[in-house]
Amino acid sequence: MMARLLRINPVYLVLLVLLIAIAIQSPHFLQPTGYMNFLKRAAPIAILAVGQLYVITSGGFDLSTGSVVTLTVIGSSILLGQNPDATWMVITAMLAGGVVIGVVNALVVAYLRVPSIIATLGMMITLGGIALTWSGGSPRGYLPDTYRFFGRVLIKDLPVIKILPVALIVMVVVCGLLWLLMHRTNYGKLLHAVGDNPKSAHFAGVPYVQVRVVAFVVSSVTAVIAGILLGGFAGVSTSVGTGLELQAITAAVIGGAQLLGGRGAVGSTVAGALVLQAIFTLLNMLGFPKPIRDVVQGVILISAVALATYRRRKTGS
Amino acid sequence: MNGRIARFAPVLLLLAAFAIYIGIALATDQSQYLTFDNLLGLLGRSIALGITAVGQTFAILIASIDLSVANLISVAAVLASYIMSGDPSMMLPAVVAVLLVGAVVGLVNGLIITQLEVNPLIATLGMALILQGLLSASFTNFAGEVPKEFQTFAYGEVGGVSVSLVFLVILTGAAWAFLKFTRMGSNIYSVGGNADAAKLAGVRTARVVILAHVICSLCASVAGLYLASRLRSGAPWIGRDGVYDLESIAVVVIGGTVLAGGRGGVWGTLVGVMIFSLIDSIFNIAGVDAFAKQILRGVIIVAAVAVYAARSKRIEA
Amino acid sequence: MAAPVFELNGITKEFPGIKALDDVTFDCQAGEVHALVGENGAGKSTLIKVLSGVYLPDAGAVLLDGTARRFTHPLQSLAAGISVIYQEFSLLPDRTVAQNIFLGRELSKWGMLDHARMQNETNRVLAMFGDRHRFDADTQVSDLAVGEQQMVEIAKAISLDAQVIVMDEPTAALNDHESELLFDVVDQLRNQGRSVVYITHRMHEIRRLADRVTVLKDGQIAASFDHVPEPDVIIHAMVGRALDDFYPEAAKDDETGEPVITVQGGDNAKLHDINLKLRAGEITGFAGIQGAGRTALALALFGVEPFRDGTVTMSSVPALFASPRQAVRAGVVMLPGDRKSEGLSLMQSVRDNGMLSARAFSRMTGSPRSSEHASIADMDKSFQDLDIRAANLDVEIQSLSGGNQQKAIVARWLALNPKVLIFVEPTRGIDVNTKASIYARMRSLARGGAAVMVISSDLPEVLGVSDRIMVMRDGRIVAEMDRGATEAEVMAAATGEDLRGAAA
Repeated sequence: MMARLLRINPVYLVLLVLLIAIAIQSPHFLQPTGYMNFLKRAAPIAILAVGQLYVITSGGFDLSTGSVVTLTVIGSSILLGQNPDATWMVITAMLAGGVVIGVVNALVVAYLRVPSIIATLGMMITLGGIALTWSGGSPRGYLPDTYRFFGRVLIKDLPVIKILPVALIVMVVVCGLLWLLMHRTNYGKLLHAVGDNPKSAHFAGVPYVQVRVVAFVVSSVTAVIAGILLGGFAGVSTSVGTGLELQAITAAVIGGAQLLGGRGAVGSTVAGALVLQAIFTLLNMLGFPKPIRDVVQGVILISAVALATYRRRKTGS
Repeated sequence: MNGRIARFAPVLLLLAAFAIYIGIALATDQSQYLTFDNLLGLLGRSIALGITAVGQTFAILIASIDLSVANLISVAAVLASYIMSGDPSMMLPAVVAVLLVGAVVGLVNGLIITQLEVNPLIATLGMALILQGLLSASFTNFAGEVPKEFQTFAYGEVGGVSVSLVFLVILTGAAWAFLKFTRMGSNIYSVGGNADAAKLAGVRTARVVILAHVICSLCASVAGLYLASRLRSGAPWIGRDGVYDLESIAVVVIGGTVLAGGRGGVWGTLVGVMIFSLIDSIFNIAGVDAFAKQILRGVIIVAAVAVYAARSKRIEA
Repeated sequence: MAAPVFELNGITKEFPGIKALDDVTFDCQAGEVHALVGENGAGKSTLIKVLSGVYLPDAGAVLLDGTARRFTHPLQSLAAGISVIYQEFSLLPDRTVAQNIFLGRELSKWGMLDHARMQNETNRVLAMFGDRHRFDADTQVSDLAVGEQQMVEIAKAISLDAQVIVMDEPTAALNDHESELLFDVVDQLRNQGRSVVYITHRMHEIRRLADRVTVLKDGQIAASFDHVPEPDVIIHAMVGRALDDFYPEAAKDDETGEPVITVQGGDNAKLHDINLKLRAGEITGFAGIQGAGRTALALALFGVEPFRDGTVTMSSVPALFASPRQAVRAGVVMLPGDRKSEGLSLMQSVRDNGMLSARAFSRMTGSPRSSEHASIADMDKSFQDLDIRAANLDVEIQSLSGGNQQKAIVARWLALNPKVLIFVEPTRGIDVNTKASIYARMRSLARGGAAVMVISSDLPEVLGVSDRIMVMRDGRIVAEMDRGATEAEVMAAATGEDLRGAAA
């Protein structure tokens, strides 16, 4: 019993402590509008983090996801500016674009043997350039309500919880599906094996290129989904996705993902994203200026990895 | 045989880029771009990248990497112009303060990597976040200004050649001599080539790693000083806008220093910088617009690294 | 007898679950070559690591020139004049010979490296090799052949003025010419009054070089001779039991079936004109010195570095695979020599490692608990049949012993009913008892109708398990022998010269 308790990822405990702290600071948080708003804001980063987790578990990084978010928001606003009724077509087009970006990332990494951090940084610059070219440097788009539905709308008058943000539904569905894929299918096992030791996976007959392609595609597609949500409650700008890739990596690392591959869990990554969002919320409540978030996030990123290294050395595994 | 070609690959690339440059200049009838002054001016536009890349060479030679250089450049530039505030007598204190900050950042990076055993990518990404956060929390726009005297660094000339260009060449020469003629320089190659063997032979590898990171950060802060001098003031976004992290890594790799460490040198890096400024100039005289340029840059960086990755694979086999 | 330069007295060293050394005493005098022999896993390298300070002994003493020493780091033993040349060289490939020789103790003058003096000193040491080397202080190590790299390691030891030089199977990667050069160098070291500990299991090298011979077996001294005895005496001490029990029985006449895989004129960068049939029910062993092409052949058949030319067929269907995945799908599987880097997902559970290939050939979205090839229950049963010992099957596989890890890889492949199994160095790092069970498993796989291919640098192992022995040299198959071939016959074919006179 005790042993089982000890095996629970400490991230859940940290999350609990942070949520209690928020509730003490602001009792309003315990009202449905309080915590539902919190979850709504956390949804994009949680989705991004789980997508990033796939790439991290496969042994790489995806630094292009922030720029995919930006491109999604800008691209959608431009396309919908011309034809506001085409929401579903635009969303489909964006998701298809995400697939293409993921495939390109994976092929550059797998076949051209470019380290993923460089390949995806290059993709980030390229996509940033495309976003600027497309918008002419100053986006003036607008997103119709049909599009903003996913990020902004709250379903009201429900029993018990009273309100439910659509963004939360999207998060639960996306993360749930990705949890199934990671933990309840052969693919998830192969993903872990490829990230753990690509050569032995190759020698065991694992189609490792396909496995990595799927991981990068998952990452880019989650970035498109996160972009659609963010388009709902943030404005249209060329900086909407800036830095999100690092938040996603930080969340995954807080959740205990093993850098350079082989270990990763969807549940604790979502918890990691909520921890990050809770910390940002707390900093906000305590009146710190917004840039301090970056500082705190940097410290967390380093200490989470250092702590993981330390624990692994201690336990000798 | 293959190895020999590999050693001259950067020079061959440079010649190819140069040939394209001349070709386009002649084809578009812009022979004014072919004067000696103009060619010197080419390199002059890449001084900041050059200084940063010389430092990045040290980090990569020990099989590490530094993704915090861009933000450190911003910090250095803002700090310099803020402390100077147009007062010539504050030049020395400002330079000392900036170099001190650089040394501390490098030291911390090195300590995190060696003592906490944090993956260098994460350690320096975390540092980048911390620096950017601290800077943005304190400054939101151009801060202070540098006195006219300090602008000599960027705009002065000695014997018809710009001071900064002379500085870059001297810096590269000094770095080369350090690597070639000192024990520490020798240790840098040994640690990058095979850290275990170096350790077994009595090299204190942690010190070597820390020193390389200190040198890397010092170079980045000097690049910040240069940019402050050139822009006459420092702003918190100049490092990130220049993409100095990715570009410095790219020119180091193009210059023949391998990402796995232990092989390469600073002259190659300088050649890499020249290749990059030539590519820039080719875009300019060919009339490629700024956003498209950014797209092409992302693609070229990844392609360049891919070419080298493929090459080193052949040598391994 | 003169006082020994160093003595290891009653050394005992235990690792979790295994007594690697048990009361071992070993010494060496000045101007003497002391051969240390024993099978893989007998404790030779552990003994050397105690001498060099990598391990501290649990009991016993290390004496140097009569004084007890306590080395806690290889640097200390190095400073005391003990140099160990491991099979895995510790050279920096991108640096020059001189830079390697002075690694970590570079000479400097006024704070600047004294390149000239280091070069002179290096050339002075290299001069000891006479004109037999075609490299000098400035040559980059990556440009050197393996034998030359070994010379650099020896030169490093001499430049450190080591009085004790330990060589761990130094000829494993050398061709004959290079070996001869090495023997001359060892003679010179002896003449200079240095002590050489020479680890090998090649009888003719012992004949050629040794003054004394000590045989280790299962962590204990099996025999110690003040002279060089006949090879069969040494071999008996090494193996310590009747070979018939240890190795599986031969295939019976009616067991050998049709060829499962046939190679005709196979050719690539490392292999030339390979003609080969692997038959069902038969264990085919491959012998040869390092670099002879045995591993290249395994990698070619398995689709890692395929043949560029020639034909490969399995029951007249083309079987020239371009990737391991194609090979596995067709029933050709390989158990890699380097389990850690090529065979295992170290952080995953024993079960997941066993299930890996079954899952790799099932629907990606299918359940990992019961793939189309094996369910978890099947795998657990397979583990049980193979007698895999683990606290439970959910622990990370890195916590298992080498033998149990190897069995897990066997279980992985059994789930796919392979037709051809390629074992590369199947018992490297595996204790003696598990070895016997792995040999028995090979035989039962063959009896089940599979073709089994065994590649090992442990010649007695190849001779012991194989029904047929193929000898390779320079990327070609140069001889085919039946069970019962002697070590001398195989070595003669493997090296291309007749060593029978020297070995007998």
